[in-house]
Amino acid sequence: MSATTTEHSAARATNATVTTPMGRMTALARAEMTLLGRNKGTLFAALFVPLVLPLSVWSASKEMDLAEAGLTTGTLVLPAAIGFSLLFAVYSALVGVFVVRREELVLKRLRTGELRDVEILSGSAMPAVLSGLVQSLLLAAGCFVLLDLSAPSAPHLAVLGLLLGLVMCAALAAVTASFTRTGESAQVTPLPFMFVSMLGSGMFVPLEVLPDRLASFCELLPLTPVITLVRGGWTGDLSAYEALGAVATAVAWTVVAVFAVRRWFRWEPRH
Amino acid sequence: MIEVTDLRRVYGGGFEAVRGIDFSVRRGEVFALLGTNGAGKTSTVELLEGLAAPAGGRVRVLGHDPYTERAAIRPRTGVMLQEGGFPSELTVAETARMWAGCVSGARPPAEVLAMVGLENKADTRVKQLSGGQRRRLDLALALLGDPEVLFLDEPSTGLDAEGRRDTWELVSALRDGGTTVLLTTHYLEEAENLADRLAIMHEGRIAATGTPAEVTAAQPSRISFELPTGYFVGDLPPLDELGVGGHEIDGRMVRLRTHELQRAATGLLMWAGQAGVELRRLDVRSASLEEAFLGIAKEASAGTAEGTTTKEYAA
Repeated sequence: MSATTTEHSAARATNATVTTPMGRMTALARAEMTLLGRNKGTLFAALFVPLVLPLSVWSASKEMDLAEAGLTTGTLVLPAAIGFSLLFAVYSALVGVFVVRREELVLKRLRTGELRDVEILSGSAMPAVLSGLVQSLLLAAGCFVLLDLSAPSAPHLAVLGLLLGLVMCAALAAVTASFTRTGESAQVTPLPFMFVSMLGSGMFVPLEVLPDRLASFCELLPLTPVITLVRGGWTGDLSAYEALGAVATAVAWTVVAVFAVRRWFRWEPRH
Repeated sequence: MIEVTDLRRVYGGGFEAVRGIDFSVRRGEVFALLGTNGAGKTSTVELLEGLAAPAGGRVRVLGHDPYTERAAIRPRTGVMLQEGGFPSELTVAETARMWAGCVSGARPPAEVLAMVGLENKADTRVKQLSGGQRRRLDLALALLGDPEVLFLDEPSTGLDAEGRRDTWELVSALRDGGTTVLLTTHYLEEAENLADRLAIMHEGRIAATGTPAEVTAAQPSRISFELPTGYFVGDLPPLDELGVGGHEIDGRMVRLRTHELQRAATGLLMWAGQAGVELRRLDVRSASLEEAFLGIAKEASAGTAEGTTTKEYAA
């Protein structure tokens, strides 16, 4: 008996490759990437919609007096396009991923292993976040080529805005998933935030053309600082004070979202 | 390896699923939690796995608290939940590869798939697997990290007879290799065959615990037969002289309980021989785990308003 036990632990010692958080998340992200590729509905909504919707912004832009707001077609369409990408490819897609994995008991099963909770959510979110990032870069390149968009005057602000947007949308998706019971309702529960963002975060209508009081309220919406930073990154009109305010707003929403996830996220279906 | 002291679990609605249980599992032992559905087996195992915090009491797995010290234990345990938890659109191989990336010292995925007989299903999507195949995939993943402690929640539910036997052989082989196994089951046969020690749970409490032989020994053996026409119970030889501890009469059927089966049966048969009568429907059976199990369920629910159904747990 003791001989077999020793043999057993010796065998264990020889192949003891210890996993790292990065390694675990990569393994999970790779599986999620495969799943994303097999889910045609999500794939369509995530990859195609953000490429089409900017066209409507572009056609609407012809009716607007952009010069008065200090904007060009390019600096109106690109932030909106990145906003669509964040909403469809990241936020909405991830609400579905989190809810469906929970209902399939995948999250519960993952929690029996070495993955920590934050790694499970981050790893699952990675493919969607990555697709949002790649899409945003492609959209920027597209606007550059098609809409005579100039090179950004403050690229660091645009990059910062995009990264904050990706993290925040993933965190908000987990919050929304906390309050979503089934895969079917995951088609509906993301809509309020998506509509509010499209209307109030300066995607279709720049805040500059809104009445002041409405505009200062809209500045506090989660996606507004992201759009502001991306747009400001291109136009270069953002003062340090304004940029700091936008960053603070985005960080605050992300912190609130992370807190909400820790407090309310459910790892298994309701009994 | 596993120590449980006065463990309690209360769900959100106030339902007390685990009501103060104690047991310990030694290294290299197979320990079975046996009980009907709703007895609290899964609720208990989830506490041992660290998936939830207990409402009271203490759990130690490998010397650590599984809930607060998850990171210390997880690389050394393997878990199979009662119900799978695999994305339905991944193939078996993809699922195993994903898990292998999350397990320290993982064996090659192909090796564990072969251990459970799924080597030919590597490219099959999880959603196309049968219930039994899914259970085996789950078992394979629990074994990936060559765990010291293995938690199996109803490992053979949904398996056919052959699959069940294969799983038993696998668990026995693991035990022989030094793995400590805690499993839940509602198959008495499984507990009897596999477990070194077991605990019978009923309504959140442990009703009996020990080796299968010890638990069985506490139960009486039974003799039942039909009274010959024209005879009454009073015509039988004095029952306490036969070592019969108790009897029940149901129409013409007589049921005797005894801890001295041979003496009681001999006395009864000699009486029948001398009287020249035939004891129809004669059934003599020694105590079994099933008797113990049914007896416990019956006893325990006698005091409660809602009876407990035991019929679905035929061995």
